[in-house]
Amino acid sequence: MIETSQGLIPLQAYLILASLLFCIGVWGLINSRNAVRVLMSIELMLNAVNINLMAFSSYLDGSLIRGQVFTVFVITVAAAEAAVGLAILLSLYRNRVTVDMESFNLLKW
Amino acid sequence: MHIAQYTELICFIILGAVIIIGSLGVVLLNNIVYSAFLLGGVFMSIAGLYLLLNASFVAAAQVLVYVGAVNVLIIFAIMLVNKREELSPIKGLKLRRFISGGVCTCLLGLLIRVNLTTKWNMPGPASIGEGSTVRIGEHLFTDYLLPFELASVLLLMAMIGAIVLARRDVLDTDEEAQEKIKQGIIEQKKQPLLIDQSS
Repeated sequence: MIETSQGLIPLQAYLILASLLFCIGVWGLINSRNAVRVLMSIELMLNAVNINLMAFSSYLDGSLIRGQVFTVFVITVAAAEAAVGLAILLSLYRNRVTVDMESFNLLKW
Repeated sequence: MHIAQYTELICFIILGAVIIIGSLGVVLLNNIVYSAFLLGGVFMSIAGLYLLLNASFVAAAQVLVYVGAVNVLIIFAIMLVNKREELSPIKGLKLRRFISGGVCTCLLGLLIRVNLTTKWNMPGPASIGEGSTVRIGEHLFTDYLLPFELASVLLLMAMIGAIVLARRDVLDTDEEAQEKIKQGIIEQKKQPLLIDQSS
């Protein structure tokens, strides 16, 4: 199992995959009109960051796997964020009877 | 050894393709229920990538937290707010999508250039492989003890905050007049409380 991290897959492959996932998440965050889909895009971006952390932890920091510890913390914060975000969404839906992002312009000047 | 390496490469390619196609589906599909289930598939594939990186504990945490909790929560929210509504057309939506797509592509190009031109400090120290779970436990209870405890406080705060935000406040007596309120009126009141400013 030790030599698998020095195998055929370079570190850059993981980084490029994470970059693609992050950019898809950013595009979805900007362009989604359903508020639930915006939350899903945020989760995609967080997962892209997690892939980066895990790849660095495995390739560059194999003995002290600090990236994996950080990934556990990111997963924790993401779970808290999803819970609070969906609660806010439910409360918004109760008040405005829609989940269209374009109609949430109460704080717009 | 070569067979193991090629198997790893093939697994990486399949998982990467599932992640990219699945996330495109999450963003682009019209039906949001399909998006939510595709999101679960993407999370599972990312857990597979973690297994390829010798991190079995984080892969298990990913499946438990993301697929088991976050994705179920998202599907739950979709079922609660899933109303067929005709979205009002916006002027310049195509142009906006095109411009944001261009910006995202430029960002992707920048990130890939940084990835490829940086001299990473390779090869790093040898991977500890299967001992990673033990090492994570040592980290969490020695040098990362304060963030670990703060994470528990954060989860408690998020839980209480979610309950406070999402519950429906209905008082059964009027505070000033000390009279019973008819619950049916509050329950049947369908008009939005905030003024719609979209028009």
